Amino acid sequence: MTEAFVQDFEARAGTATAEGPEWLEPIRRSAMERFARTGFPAARDEEWRFTPIGPIAQGTWRPALGGAGEVTREQLAPFVFGHADWTTLVFVNGIYHEALSTIGTLPPGARVASLAEALRSDGALLHGHLARHAPVEGSPFTALNTAFLSEGGVVHVGTNVDLASPVHLLYVTTAEAGGTVAHPRNLIVVERGARASVIESYVTLAPGQAYWTNPITEVAVAAGAWLEHTRIQRESETAQHVGLTHVDQQRDSRYRSFSLAMGAALGRHNLHVRLHDENIETLLYGLYVTRGDQTADNHTAIYHDQPNCRSWEVYKGILDGRSRAVFNGKVFVKPEAQKTDAKQTNRNLLLSDGARVDTKPQLEIFADDVKCTHGATVGRLDEMARFYARSRGIPAAAADLLLTYAFAAEVVEEVTLAPVREELDRLVRSRLGGL
Amino acid sequence: MLEIRDLRASAGDKEILRGIDLTVNAGEVHAVMGPNGSGKSTLAQVLAGHPAYVVTGGSVRYRGQDLLDLEPEERAQAGVFLAFQYPVEIPGVTNAYFLRAAYNEIRKARGQDEVDSMDFLDLLEEKLKLVDWEPAIMSRAVNAGFSGGEKKRNEILQMAVLEPRLAILDETDSGLDIDALRIVAAGVNKLRRPDNATIVVTHYQRLLNYIVPDYVHVLSNGRIVKSGGKELALELEARGYEWLEDTVGAAS
Repeated sequence: MTEAFVQDFEARAGTATAEGPEWLEPIRRSAMERFARTGFPAARDEEWRFTPIGPIAQGTWRPALGGAGEVTREQLAPFVFGHADWTTLVFVNGIYHEALSTIGTLPPGARVASLAEALRSDGALLHGHLARHAPVEGSPFTALNTAFLSEGGVVHVGTNVDLASPVHLLYVTTAEAGGTVAHPRNLIVVERGARASVIESYVTLAPGQAYWTNPITEVAVAAGAWLEHTRIQRESETAQHVGLTHVDQQRDSRYRSFSLAMGAALGRHNLHVRLHDENIETLLYGLYVTRGDQTADNHTAIYHDQPNCRSWEVYKGILDGRSRAVFNGKVFVKPEAQKTDAKQTNRNLLLSDGARVDTKPQLEIFADDVKCTHGATVGRLDEMARFYARSRGIPAAAADLLLTYAFAAEVVEEVTLAPVREELDRLVRSRLGGL
Repeated sequence: MLEIRDLRASAGDKEILRGIDLTVNAGEVHAVMGPNGSGKSTLAQVLAGHPAYVVTGGSVRYRGQDLLDLEPEERAQAGVFLAFQYPVEIPGVTNAYFLRAAYNEIRKARGQDEVDSMDFLDLLEEKLKLVDWEPAIMSRAVNAGFSGGEKKRNEILQMAVLEPRLAILDETDSGLDIDALRIVAAGVNKLRRPDNATIVVTHYQRLLNYIVPDYVHVLSNGRIVKSGGKELALELEARGYEWLEDTVGAAS
């Protein structure tokens, strides 16, 4: 199936998707060559062992081409939240849609643009970051995204600038997305001492469509900078979603991530964070809610390269039907990374007999003066809590719903921005059955 | 109000209650005392419908209904309240949300309108005073990270809001210092009315200095071996439980 991608790659010549500064095309071509050599991950590949990529690898995928004429703001209303003046870039079937987007008031020194636009006007910035954070060697999916890199969102927050309002990158698919693949490529650069909040949403107007989203977000958090990053994956439950977020953090920076995954037949997300210097804080929170035959697959990797850093990770899952979850949490602590404080937790709640979880903490610690812990649980609703609620007059079904929601709420509470937290809370409530 | 006849219950294959007879009328306070393992907490939990126990014999009539036929939530809706010995922590749900959900379920079951969060706050404000508490406690998750005393106080607050007809206090004094004990007991006393009844399950006489019972029953080995007035509690305090266990041994 790799030949089809090579053909599509060559067919780009002369189209908008082949545009960009002259340093870019060799990066794309080399990524394409890499993918042509490797193909999709083999069944024996440890990184993909529990991930059902068959429908992707054996499928036929046309490039997503937008085709957004008929989408209205009213149709997008269920996916937009917070304040009306938040800067929101809307992408329909992979292509930036200017008329549906909102560019709010941005402070001087902050810039938000589509990648296609940034490739025309911000070449220098992109040259320093694009494809520098997420190496194509990382996975065949990264290589493929890089080969077709042309659309996405770019958020650049200059030195000591406080972005004040969040930026929302909203990817929506329509019925026209059926059988297509999109490779969104986002870049978030938060310069020294700057503060920002960025939300990525992957949603659909066509719940029955089988399409594939293959997004990558590269994130640079400079010295003393702060970023809160929220990712909402609500693709069609018949779609495929394989995403990567790669974060590079510098000294004294803070990165706080929340990842909500409720959609897609296969929803895979790799989140890699490298702590390049001292006194860095990394907080990774996640929640996946699955049903039917869905698979939610989260792979996180935290690289402690230097001393005196703290990483804290909590991922929770609620599984119903015959759905599956995969959690793989890697923490690498280099010999020089003394006084590392790393804690990882993965907790899973099974609502049915058919649901299944494969959870694997993977700590590789080469320093001796560190505090590193991990814990993973897979269980059912607590019988004592259930009885407690019922003994107060709450019927069994309502008690189950309340306790399931409580399990999720405990991690949603970690989102600091109230409008974002409230939206996540609303999504979880409505998914669990209208609490 | 409550008539227990020859009640037998087991946990797994172990019989814990081996024929309990007890009658409680409106307006009365009954103390159920006994040594560890006598079955007094089991009795409290069986009355509330704890799923870990299986009733193997006997009957319980509550206000003309077969109590054992009701689900735990139906018992609560009918006015039965168990103050837990070990209140359960529910991270992720605030105390206010949980209590309002319970309050509204009970109202719904009684054909009354649900109250919104503003009206509920007004009601709470008054009930919080009963246990000498600040409203801030209501924004914390249910019992999560509460001290032992706070958990017991929370049980009494729930009781004050839900206004049960039959309150069963399971070892509410355990783990309380004297100040917390006073607050909890004062709360219970303020909630006493001629039309409700209270069963106080306790190991020690101490609590009964504050919540004065009309009747005292001593449980041993799954049976009530002696009943009397409040003076029986003092006698137990002075003599311990052994003399009663000997009586049972001699009788059987």
